[in-house]
Order: sequence, then C-alpha cells, then structure tokens
Amino acid sequence: MTAEAAKKPPAHPSGDKRFKLLEVAMKRHQFRQDALIEVLHAAQELFGYLELDLLLFIARHLKLPPSRVYGVATFYHFFTLKPQGKHTCVVCTGTACFVKGADALLAAVSKQASVASGATTTDGELSLLTARCLGACGIAPAVVLDGKVMGHQDAATLLSELKGRLPDGTLGPA
Amino acid sequence: MELSDLHDIAARERANRPPVEIRCCSAAGCVSSNSPAVLEELRGAVQSAGLQDRVKVAAVGCMRLCCQGPLVQTVPDGALYQKVTPESAPSIIAGLQGGQVTAERCDAAAPFFTQQASVVLENSGKIEPERIEAYIAVEGYHALHHVLREMTPAEVIQTITRSGLRGRGGAGYPTGVKWATVAKNPGERKYVVCNADEGDPGAFMNRSVLESDPHRVLEGMAIAGYAVGASQGYIYCRGEYPLAIERLQKAIKQANQRGLLGTDIFASPFDFRIDIRIGAGAFVCGEETALMASIMGGRGTPTPRPPYPAEKGLWEMPTLLNNVETFANVAAIIRRGPEWFAGIGTERSKGTKVFCLTGKVVNTGLVEVPLGTPLRRIVEDIGGGAPDGGTIKAVQTGGPSGGCIPAEFLDTPVDYESLAKLGSIMGSGGMIVMDQTTNMVDVARYFMEFCMDESCGKCVPCRAGTVQLHRLLSRILAAEAGPEDMQRLEALCQMVRDTSLCGLGQTAPNPTLSTIHYFRAEYEALLQKAGPGQRRRLPLVAATDNSR
Repeated sequence: MTAEAAKKPPAHPSGDKRFKLLEVAMKRHQFRQDALIEVLHAAQELFGYLELDLLLFIARHLKLPPSRVYGVATFYHFFTLKPQGKHTCVVCTGTACFVKGADALLAAVSKQASVASGATTTDGELSLLTARCLGACGIAPAVVLDGKVMGHQDAATLLSELKGRLPDGTLGPA
Repeated sequence: MELSDLHDIAARERANRPPVEIRCCSAAGCVSSNSPAVLEELRGAVQSAGLQDRVKVAAVGCMRLCCQGPLVQTVPDGALYQKVTPESAPSIIAGLQGGQVTAERCDAAAPFFTQQASVVLENSGKIEPERIEAYIAVEGYHALHHVLREMTPAEVIQTITRSGLRGRGGAGYPTGVKWATVAKNPGERKYVVCNADEGDPGAFMNRSVLESDPHRVLEGMAIAGYAVGASQGYIYCRGEYPLAIERLQKAIKQANQRGLLGTDIFASPFDFRIDIRIGAGAFVCGEETALMASIMGGRGTPTPRPPYPAEKGLWEMPTLLNNVETFANVAAIIRRGPEWFAGIGTERSKGTKVFCLTGKVVNTGLVEVPLGTPLRRIVEDIGGGAPDGGTIKAVQTGGPSGGCIPAEFLDTPVDYESLAKLGSIMGSGGMIVMDQTTNMVDVARYFMEFCMDESCGKCVPCRAGTVQLHRLLSRILAAEAGPEDMQRLEALCQMVRDTSLCGLGQTAPNPTLSTIHYFRAEYEALLQKAGPGQRRRLPLVAATDNSR
C-alpha cells in the first residue's frame, strides 16, 4: 500500500477543489481501470464538460493511456468535450416524437436562436441538443429544458418558454 | 432475515394501511406532467382536512395511460382521475368527505384498462416503488426465499424452462436454455447482467418497470444468480433514465440493509451483490458483447460471437445476460408455478409482453397483453385507433431493427414467429402507430439515420453501408433518384444485412426492406416524380465518411 501511495500522481496544480472531489470519486472505485466510465460521469457532473487537461488527470490516476481515456470519452454521446451553454434545450428525436413532429421543434429553435443542432449560441446562453428517445414517448413530442422534461410541445409554446429563460437577443426575431 | 420476518413486515404493512389510499403516479411520464406538485397538494389537503389517520397518499408507479397524466387513483373505490393539476388535486380529498370533485374523471372501465393483463406490471401503479416494505407486502422476496431454501439450482432452471419464458429483449431466446448453459459452463466466477440499456427509440417499458417496481428486477436477478452459480450482478442502465437509476440505487440499498442481497441471504450460503453501471448514450451498448465491453470501462464495441457471453463474458467468465422484463417475470413464475405461466400466451410464445403504444394513436402509454393478442386489439381496442378521424397506415415494431406492419395485417397475433414472418420483429416492445400522413420513405430514412449515427464504426459494412443507404434514401425522398438507385438500395441492404458484425448492422436495413416490401408504391411515386431530367448523378462517396 505504501508503495502504491508513493506512486500516486500529484494533486492538480490549479488547486481547484473539484479535482479533490474527483479523486475521492476515483478512490471510491479503488482507482480501478474498469471504472473509467463511472469516473467520467463523475468528472462531467463536477466540471460540466471534459477538458483535455481533465482527461489527462483521469488517465494518470487510473494509470491508463490517455488515448484510451480520450477514446472512451469521445465514443459515448453523453460525454461532451466542449463547454455547454448556460441553458440547454434537448429535443427528443425518438420515433414517437419524430412521428409527432420533433423536426419542426428543432427547426424552430434552430432558426430563432441561429444555432445548429449540437452547438451553442455565440453568446454562450443556449445549447441546442438532440436525444435519441428519453422514454417519454407517452407525452411526445418531448423536450428537456434545463433538465426538466416537458411533454406535448409545439413550436409556439417551446419558443415562449425559451424566451422566458433567455436574455433578450439570444432569440432573434421570428 | 427469515420467512417469518418477511411475514412480519408484510403484516405490519397491512396493519398500518389506512382505509383509504390515494395513489399518485410518480413515474417519469407523469413526473414530467407535474405529478410531484400534485402529490404535494394531495398531502397538504389530507393534512388540512385532518384525515391523516384515515387517508394515505402514496407515490406509486406507472398506471399505464401516460398521455393523460398525471393520473391519480383512489382506493378502495377505484376512481381514476386524469390530467390532475395542483389546483384540482385538493378536490379529490374534498370528494372523500362528500365535496365536489373538479378533477377530470378517467374511465377505469375503458377497454384500455380492461383488455390488459398484469404479470410484469402486477404491482405497477399499486405499490410505492421506493419502499421495500410495500414490495414485501405483495409477497416480494418470497420467491427468493423459496428458491434458496426449497429448490436446487437445477430445479430452478427446470422451472424456468417449463414455463416457456423467452428473452424479452427482442430475440426471444429460451431463457431456461440460456440459464442452463451458463450454469454448466465452468468458471471461477460467474456474472449475471441485467440489460437495462433500453435504446430503441419509442420504447420505455424497462424504464417503467424499473421506476415502478425495482425490487422485482432485483429479486429476479438474485434467483438467476442462484440458478447459474453467480454471486455478482450488474444492471447496465442507460444514462437517460435518471429516475430509474435513483430508484434502483435506493432499492439495492434497502435490500442490502434487510439482508435480501449481500452475504448469506436468508441464512443460506448464497451471496449476491448487485451494482449499477450507468450507460453513456450509445445505442450499440444494447448489444450484449458491446454492453459487456462498456461495463468493463471500454468503448462499447461488439465482438464476434462465439464465444457467447454464456461461455466467456465479463472478464472472460461465464455471464448470464437478460433483459429487465425477462428478470421481472422470474419471481412471478416461481411464486405461481411454471404451469400457470405456460397457460398464458400461445404455443410457442408464453406469458405476457409489455408494449409501449405511441405515435398516432388516441391512448398512448404502457400496455401489457398476453402474447398472441391480435395487433388490432392492441391498436384499436386498447389504443383507441388513430386520433382526429385518421386511419392507421402501419404499426412499427422492433425499433431500428424492426419493420413496419401495414394495416391489412392488423389481425396478426403478436408473437415472436408471426412478427418475424411479416418481416418485423417483436423487439423490446416499442409499438409506434403511423397514420395516413406518415411518409414511409421518410420513416425508412429516419431509422437509417439513427443507425448511421449509432454505428460504432468497428466493421465496414455497418459504418460505411449505413452512410450510403442514408444518402440513397435521402435522394429518393428528395425526388432526385432513378430506378438504378432503387436497385442499389436493395442490393446494399442485403449486403449490410449479411456482412455486418453485430445485430445493429445486421438489422439496420430491416425498416428499409420492410417499407420497400409493403409500400413500394410510395418509393415508386418518388422515383416517377424525379423523372430523368431531375435526377442528379451523385457518385457514391468513398467508404469512409469522417465528416460527421
């Protein structure tokens, strides 16, 4: 154990407390390499997104090649390597929502906020994302706004909801 | 923990039950329709009416009719209310004292409810999923006790085999046979894995079961562990289901505290631990070898079979992999006997199946019916047909791996073989109704786009083939394609199907093939529309398209 401890990589130089919390999370998994996905989940929860520096930090602690950590982080849709906007709007594009017009919702938000699906507005306010089925098909079409699932949406209600959350200017003229 | 302790808990639970129970749905569908606020209001109203001793407000699981949520039911009179709002909720309490109820009534005697069966969903909407005592009160964990004390592992497997239970993940492999294979394969450790990576768009049965009755799945897994000789289980749950994960974590904790999971369960030498692994949004991880790669912390890419997981699975050890719904059937089969289970369904497809009825249909939500029920009964009687006077054109089953069944085959019984004969599959249970406004070529393109995005990229036929198929379908849809494109499309479908590494690629052409088969006229109309003048000659791009 002492030899293990001696080999332990140093704390993150930034002194950011979140790295400490991440170390605790890794310790809970005994720094096991097969807990990589769990650790990435924890990291994204703490930091919001996975910076390269953060991935390197994880690689060192789990004694994994950085390529492996990067490979896993980029494989899964859930992990994002770019910072997200202050608000997120996730439009479900599952089959039930597709049949009930999710395309129109996506197009409406995309047009009004001048943002492509998967991207963030230039002012960093809104990220427009899509999901492959949230399992809320009974209330299709569904949208997740800042973590809250909302069913039976149409373009008008969604845009007015967004307008209430975003500062003037993020949504352009209709 | 002994059987008598289970009886004590159940007796206490029953004794403490007030005469009236108000059940409010707390599964994800109704939660998104504001049921937490309704629950709060109901509790407040009971308090202020001073009815705490007589009325209990319970946060229960899914009551099936998701489109009309939040649903509230009063017991014992069984009155059901739909679209309950925080404003109308207190009137339900007032109604108990003879007041006027302003909440909208829902007809509990409608075919949507009366034509359904209840095996997997027997406790759903009736018990509180977050309390293990509620599950024990409906004979929960009794089957596990019975198995550990009265049966040998071989007898358990035999019981499951006799019941005729088949895998509910879609392929329909006989569960008993799978268990027997894992049991007989040697290994220093064995694992039981529950596949809760419900990735098919339009399917949420597993989410509902996990949110409404999580202990049922844990009990099924523990019984499976005993039968095959495993002491570690994993539930691989998709990250898009935060509520299901939270309830599972709570359920595992409660079961551990009560000694129903962990070491020396029911004072027997059997140990069983369950851990959750959270998926990170990759459809391919529903494929068993990809799922196991993901559990071990890697990229979720599949590997060729054999070796099957039953021989070499997690960490090269024999591994039993079953779907949530398969495990959810196990305790009921042990409790009520294999003959009872085999008495439901058809000759080769036993038991019930839970479907998610969605799309262009009046009643959307969760439907459980005996296997062999005609599609028409599900869609028209239970589902209420197409809304706004529309006509049903097709029913899509099996998600991106399945096909579209046209309306003329609505009398087909829903079982594994009949659906396969129609070029679709049972799949995990998504059932999406399409009406006359749905463009079938667009549907085919939609699913192809899905498979293209979700292809893991390991094998060429799937990685490149889905991209080309998507381009071809887009061209046809844009009326820019000619007859030779149609031939290309069909040839490429065959190729991708025959040469892909895993189920994702092998089944990716299914929606396209089935829409071509049944709705060729729609394709041809688009080809006609193109005419020779409009056709753009697009060379097929190089096989690796990294631009996405």
